[in-house]
Amino acid sequence: MDKHIKKYFPVFVLPTLLAFTIGFIAPFLLGIYLSFCKFTTVTDAKWVGISNYLKIASDKTFGHAFWYTTAFTVVSVILINVLAFAVAMALTRKIRGTNLFRTVFFMPNLIGGIILGYVWQLLLNAILLNFNRTLTYSSKYGFWGLVILMCWQQIGYMMIIYIAGIQNIPGELLEAAQIDGANKREILQKIIIPMVMPSITICTFLTLTNSFKLFDQNLALTNGEPSNMSEMLALNIYNTFYSRVGWEGVGQAKAVVFFLLVALIAIVQMRLTRTKEVEQ
Amino acid sequence: MKARSRNNMILTIFFSIVSIAYIFPIALVILNSFKKKAYISRKPFEIPTENMFVGLENYIRGIEKTQFLSSFGTSLFITIFSVLAIILCTSMCAWYIVRVHNKFTSGFYYLCLFSMIVPFQMVMYTLSKIADTLGLGNPVGIIVVYLGFGAGLSVFMFCGFIKGIPLEIEESAMIDGCNPIQIYFRIVLPILKPTCITVAILQAMWIWNDYLLPSLVLDLTKYKTLPIAIQYLKGGYGAVDMGAMMGALVLSIIPIIVFYITCQKHIIEGVVAGAVKG
Repeated sequence: MDKHIKKYFPVFVLPTLLAFTIGFIAPFLLGIYLSFCKFTTVTDAKWVGISNYLKIASDKTFGHAFWYTTAFTVVSVILINVLAFAVAMALTRKIRGTNLFRTVFFMPNLIGGIILGYVWQLLLNAILLNFNRTLTYSSKYGFWGLVILMCWQQIGYMMIIYIAGIQNIPGELLEAAQIDGANKREILQKIIIPMVMPSITICTFLTLTNSFKLFDQNLALTNGEPSNMSEMLALNIYNTFYSRVGWEGVGQAKAVVFFLLVALIAIVQMRLTRTKEVEQ
Repeated sequence: MKARSRNNMILTIFFSIVSIAYIFPIALVILNSFKKKAYISRKPFEIPTENMFVGLENYIRGIEKTQFLSSFGTSLFITIFSVLAIILCTSMCAWYIVRVHNKFTSGFYYLCLFSMIVPFQMVMYTLSKIADTLGLGNPVGIIVVYLGFGAGLSVFMFCGFIKGIPLEIEESAMIDGCNPIQIYFRIVLPILKPTCITVAILQAMWIWNDYLLPSLVLDLTKYKTLPIAIQYLKGGYGAVDMGAMMGALVLSIIPIIVFYITCQKHIIEGVVAGAVKG
């Protein structure tokens, strides 16, 4: 079998391999190389060692963007997952209209980040108008505006995953617990949460990486205003590349640091929640 | 039992209110799309009455300024053909990876896994330069870029599913004289259909809404996707035509909602299947 298929390598693998090389492998390797260079285009790159990385340390906007992103990620991951789980618990009870509610809550996911950013800019500015403020008055407004936007967008998606997890719990398990006299809180703590742990793993992973890498919504809602104070990491890297002449190398070095951070978060998170999963 | 049904009633009422609040941001945009642009930022919550009401003027300006039909067409073209290319190429590739055991295939598999955690910012600059050098800055060329950058997730998901297909069916087909291409298209691909739908949905949601990749790769003087056209409404310095913006926003949301309502079952199942596999 192996040998027969092997001859067909050009048909089966080559198109994907070529595109993967163009779209991922080559840009990734070139990106790592360029992070050690000074350049304005790819062809005039000069090796400068780690000086780009040293410049990051002295660039205050990056540090600010890092803490802003971290705070945003922590707040939104907790809010989205707690709310999505609560909604999922409520909607798996036999109440009227669950299907309609699910449809409504899931809908914002399909609308893109740029469009959502402008939709919420209108609403939030309209509310803030009563206080004679706008979204770009202070980075706090931008922060909570983004948190609300992300909750609105992501709760539906995570809810769908939690609902699937909750519906997978065998009914006998819950009945047995009830017969043994467990109260609602004990059932939630000792049965439901451990049994939906795989869903929790995947939902925290998705919300964590989505929030940390957020770009479109940040760009459309505040574009980093006022004066880069509501700028998240992805937007900071973008601005370093495209609006600061001569900083391309630093931008690329920031991108490498950003990649390492995302990878670290993903690995640590997977380790932590996977160990809590139980055998079904 | 009675207390329970009363509780459920309260929950239904509660969620009805939340649902209305959920739709409110979009409703507000629709409401404002019929107002004169000067009133949009000054009186956002008011219902457009006689002197505020402008009919379809905002829509007409929105269509003109975003070149709506052409950007909608570009988005549609890129999404449909990229998704088709991704499904066909990566499922074939995944089948090869699962069925042929050697260092190359397992290395490629782990590389795909690895690519899933690399943020786009890491490759955005170099990718746009490479795409530019290779002349991929048009709606056909960008398909190659999407295939390459989207390959990781798709190969991973297809591999997960193909591992569960028993080898015997394919072996008996081979004994009957089928070559691998026939085996793939007549046996494997039909079995993979549900996974194809899942992958198609996840990738289509990503590509249709993607802003950064096409804005860096495409030649923007000639081609714009819908998110790019909307972002460009904002222009350089401050002044935004809020009227045109509202019109364009409504026009780009409506097709998505229509699509969602018609394919809702597949979309939600696709999301669940995608999450479980991931």
